[in-house]
Amino acid sequence: MDFSVTQQFLQQLINGISLGSIYALIALGYTMVYGIIKLINFAHGDIYMVGAYVAFFATTTLKLSFLPALVVSMVVAAIVGMTIERLAYRPLRKAPRIAILITAIGVSLLLEYGGMLLVTPQPRTFPALFESQVYNFGNIVVNSQQVIILAISVVLMIILTFVVQRTKIGKAMRAVSFDTDAARLMGIDVDRVISITFAIGSALAAAAGMLVGVYYNSIDPLMGIMPGLKAFVAAVLGGIGVIPGAMLGGIIMGVIEAMVSGFISSTFRDAAAFAILIIILLFKPSGLLGKNVREKV
Amino acid sequence: MGNNKKELLAFVACIAFYAVVQGLLMLDVIGPFWELNLILICINVILAVSLNLINGFTGQFSIGHAGFMAVGAYLGAVLTVKLQLPFIVAILGGAAAAGFLGFIIGLPTLRLDGDYLAIATLGLGEIIRITILNIPYVGGASGFMGIPRYSNFTWVFIATVFTVFFIRNFINSTHGRACISIRENQIAAEAMGIDTTKYKVMAFTIGAAFAGIAGTLFSHYFYIAHPASFTFMKSFDILTIVVLGGLGSISGSITAAILLTFVSAALASYPEWRMIIYSLMLIVLMLYRPQGLFGNKEISLKIFGRLMGGNKRGNTQGN
Repeated sequence: MDFSVTQQFLQQLINGISLGSIYALIALGYTMVYGIIKLINFAHGDIYMVGAYVAFFATTTLKLSFLPALVVSMVVAAIVGMTIERLAYRPLRKAPRIAILITAIGVSLLLEYGGMLLVTPQPRTFPALFESQVYNFGNIVVNSQQVIILAISVVLMIILTFVVQRTKIGKAMRAVSFDTDAARLMGIDVDRVISITFAIGSALAAAAGMLVGVYYNSIDPLMGIMPGLKAFVAAVLGGIGVIPGAMLGGIIMGVIEAMVSGFISSTFRDAAAFAILIIILLFKPSGLLGKNVREKV
Repeated sequence: MGNNKKELLAFVACIAFYAVVQGLLMLDVIGPFWELNLILICINVILAVSLNLINGFTGQFSIGHAGFMAVGAYLGAVLTVKLQLPFIVAILGGAAAAGFLGFIIGLPTLRLDGDYLAIATLGLGEIIRITILNIPYVGGASGFMGIPRYSNFTWVFIATVFTVFFIRNFINSTHGRACISIRENQIAAEAMGIDTTKYKVMAFTIGAAFAGIAGTLFSHYFYIAHPASFTFMKSFDILTIVVLGGLGSISGSITAAILLTFVSAALASYPEWRMIIYSLMLIVLMLYRPQGLFGNKEISLKIFGRLMGGNKRGNTQGN
């Protein structure tokens, strides 16, 4: 076997990019919510879990095929996200930041353990929705799931970019994120914009959840914790509040993780993510694509 | 003066409480289940009060407390099991190691604030845990086994009383006042000539050291130190206690630690409900009573002082 280092590098790069595009999808929700209400929505990773479970039941119980199941799971997650925002975060709009952060931790725990109660803690096998095909390029292996993950992620990101840059609601979102009070004075319904932001972010997370289900074939109620944290790290890495930053951060994060598990040891994979976070926070807290904003007195 | 008298009264009350409980333990009136819960209450009090120093009094939102606890648990175990040192050395060693790590970590990360600090401490706690997981010398993923049970009610109670008194006196000292001023308004504190970094790191180091003590006591009661006991869920547990009791209220932390330990004991046969109740409690508290049970410090202290007349441990006299 002439499995050279270069080949392993390329193989891990491909694995990393497909994993990274999932992180990117989750990171987009974090970054959009943070950009608008400055909240680290700890529950976001659990929305991703909810999305995966909805997709699971849509494909097994309702026997839907891939795309309809994806749509169902995105819609349900969007509703869940909006409900959480309405019930748990909106009453705290004027409260101290720490209060809303603690609430977010509470919502996250509630989704995780409520999920365990509802769907049992046992991992479930996600049905195979495609004939898994394996493409060989030399010694580099690419399977059809990876291609689908990448394709769906890219399509969703293009739609998101279009919505944010070209539509009226996107313009309102950008305005609220830039200056909430000024936006309100201009007649923008800020609560509605925030609600829609949660819906979009949650829908993207649900898509990521379903794609992970397809990729790893296994889902469980606690599956959202680690990817959620890592996606947050990705959002910070790219510059929190910056949409292209989340995409870039997610991909970089996935690649680094694949490299660490490929070349060092997979047990250090999670530590690597947090190490990146701390390095970024210490040396460039605004992230790769972020602007440096000095906090005013 | 009045303070000294109160201090003495509190001390006598502690001894009396200890004597009664120890007597009941010796007479086997308190069975092993409640003894376990007593120990857990004490360990939770240490953890919550020390985290309260960081989160509640200094206003630095840390959620990596379980990491420092893990350091204490493992280092203490190494000292007693591998080096055959006495238990007190293990406790002090665990505290020193966790405190040192808190200092090293605190120095750079405490420049961050709010959400960023929260997520950085969470990450550091996980890094500590994953690092321990990868050290075969302390058992790696299967945990450090064969730790002797040195912890008993006496040790744990003394450590708890010491923690509460230490942190309360710290809060009432110049340093503690400086920490509170940072919580109230960092920029104003800086303008008044307070070295904010120094005091933040100081509070973080002290908090971490006491978490280390709690960790050592913990591993020497349960015979084992396992990486899975120190995930960020454990940090959230401690955070729940602190928030429920009230950020910035020592008596609140003690009450909440007792309350929540009893709640988990009562739910022992329904473990799946425990976290749901915890999480609902966090949400409902934040929505309807964000200041926690004992609310903000001054009110809580006055009420507590009035209710208890200054003869309960953990009572901080009103200002």
